[in-house]
Amino acid sequence: MRGDSRQLLLTLLPGVGVITVFLVLPSIYLVGMAFLSTGPYGLPTGPVSLQAFRELAGFGFLGWSPGNLYTLLRSIGQTLLATILVILIAYPAAYYITTRPVPWRPVLLLAVVVPSWTNQVIRSVGWMNIFAPGTPVSDLAAALGLIAPEMGLFPSRFAVIVGLVYNFLPFMILPLYAAFERLDTAQVEAARDLYATPWAVFRHAVLPQTLPGLMAGTVLVAIPAFGMYVVTELLGGGRSLMVGNFVARQFTQAGNWPLGAAGALIMIVVTLIGLKVLRDLGRRLGGDREVVL
Amino acid sequence: MSKQTATPSSSIEINALVRRFADGHRALDGVDLDIAAGEFFTLLGPSGCGKTTLLRILAGLDTPSAGEVRIGGRAMAGVPAHRRSVNTVFQSYALFPHRNVRRNIAFGLEMQRLDTATIEKRIDSVAGLTGITTLLDRPVDQLSGGQRQRVALARAVVNEPDVLLLDEPLSALDAGLRGRLQLELRELQHRLGMTFVFVTHDQQEAMIMSDRIAVLDRGRIAQVGTPPAIYEQPATRFVAEFMGHENLLAVTGRDEQGVTTPIGHFAGAFAEGGHLLIRPEAISLGRRQAAAPGAIPAQVVGRVYRGGSTEYRIACGDHTLIARASDPAAEGFEPGAEVNATVAPAGLAVVAG
Repeated sequence: MRGDSRQLLLTLLPGVGVITVFLVLPSIYLVGMAFLSTGPYGLPTGPVSLQAFRELAGFGFLGWSPGNLYTLLRSIGQTLLATILVILIAYPAAYYITTRPVPWRPVLLLAVVVPSWTNQVIRSVGWMNIFAPGTPVSDLAAALGLIAPEMGLFPSRFAVIVGLVYNFLPFMILPLYAAFERLDTAQVEAARDLYATPWAVFRHAVLPQTLPGLMAGTVLVAIPAFGMYVVTELLGGGRSLMVGNFVARQFTQAGNWPLGAAGALIMIVVTLIGLKVLRDLGRRLGGDREVVL
Repeated sequence: MSKQTATPSSSIEINALVRRFADGHRALDGVDLDIAAGEFFTLLGPSGCGKTTLLRILAGLDTPSAGEVRIGGRAMAGVPAHRRSVNTVFQSYALFPHRNVRRNIAFGLEMQRLDTATIEKRIDSVAGLTGITTLLDRPVDQLSGGQRQRVALARAVVNEPDVLLLDEPLSALDAGLRGRLQLELRELQHRLGMTFVFVTHDQQEAMIMSDRIAVLDRGRIAQVGTPPAIYEQPATRFVAEFMGHENLLAVTGRDEQGVTTPIGHFAGAFAEGGHLLIRPEAISLGRRQAAAPGAIPAQVVGRVYRGGSTEYRIACGDHTLIARASDPAAEGFEPGAEVNATVAPAGLAVVAG
């Protein structure tokens, strides 16, 4: 018994060590930094204060401004919108791939994954070129009266959303594909047999079965999308900044590390709240059985 | 959601039904059947004979390539599964894992938008009928195979459909439980008076449970009849062999008195056909010394005691026959014994093919 538990401890040690060194310690450092004052070069210094949180809430030299609050709300809004669009595209796409003949499926999955092997910056620059003023896409949008002539679709919030959706689509398609591949069609037929309309068949026999994939995909898409700053920086042209950009700026250009740490802390809190909401939603959609995240 | 329940059960008429798959294979190749209201009707056949395809077409889960199905006199073409007063007990049970037993049974009633009080009342009553009252609040993944089978049955029956379809519902259960559920299912059908269409590949099960049986062979009906009719007078060699008969002898000649086979002449008025069937229980064995006119000399080559009956393998020239003796007073024979076999004329039938 004693030997067994010692062996267990030894096998766990490397993993626990890595997590402690690279996750727990930096997190403690981050939390500590958020509660310090800002030194002359933006570095954290004593004494302990709530100055960073006050600044984060919008209180500056010139009184209160809603700028940071807007950034947070915009981030949440854009994350939700991008995630919903990703689900709407990925759900039918994953179903389509599952219904193809077996030899075709890996080919289609590869086609989904291959673009993400390219650097995020390069892919964003690609969209910049597609949406720039004077391109066929921008001219079409102008002709339809969606944008002012000569404006271009980039930079804009629209371009940011397209960039986010494009970036995170594979992370939704893959878990959904796995869920569809394991789908028990007998349950679908049982629902049809028991007077379920096509919509009710989806709601009661397909959705509960694919829910674990949907939840996993939502976590894989929404959390990185919420912290994303490359796509927003490049495609938003500085106008659709998200909290990720705000935090990055505090550590680089603005030079206010405690403020950046406080921002990062808020991101973690918002993310945890988001996960809780998602879990409750999953329970409601999944019936009696809990969907484990 | 409209579901006609004018009659407690419905008759089924099937005319020239064909189901052709994309690869050209005909799962059903011109099936005609009339199933009476309130009948326990069994589709019997080996795997791939088309019995499950036929069941799926009745449920509305598959579409025929040609032909017509009428349930309760109403043509079913274009009527989707969810608008048919037909429910299925699936082979895999297909219970919803994210719902507990009660909510599984409630599913069909919820989809028909019945009020909560009615749903609860119907669930309680069907749970009593199927013996699962104590399981109602359990998750389905905590049930045994037999319990799942009962829940699947309750989930279908609770809707009080005109027709209940059962796709090999007992095939996953062990022999003892299976025997008990066969009788329970039969009793349930009697009590409900519902039309049951039951699919199985087990001829014993079919004989125990059914009012009538249709034997299917490669997408066609080989024979329809009561269990005794199918067992005692199989129409074809396929049906005879599928019903477990082994004593089939080629007919080599025919005259006014009967037919000639390699082991002798048998008198009787027989149908046209290429093989003579001798039922094992119609063969009785006696000692060789007794001179019996019309007896066939044979040698015992094997003996198996089956509890209540003894099965002998006997050699008549080049042919081996099975004889089953169920009379405990009858004389026993050891392998190697020289015997005289006598055949009761009622145990003979000539089959096609």
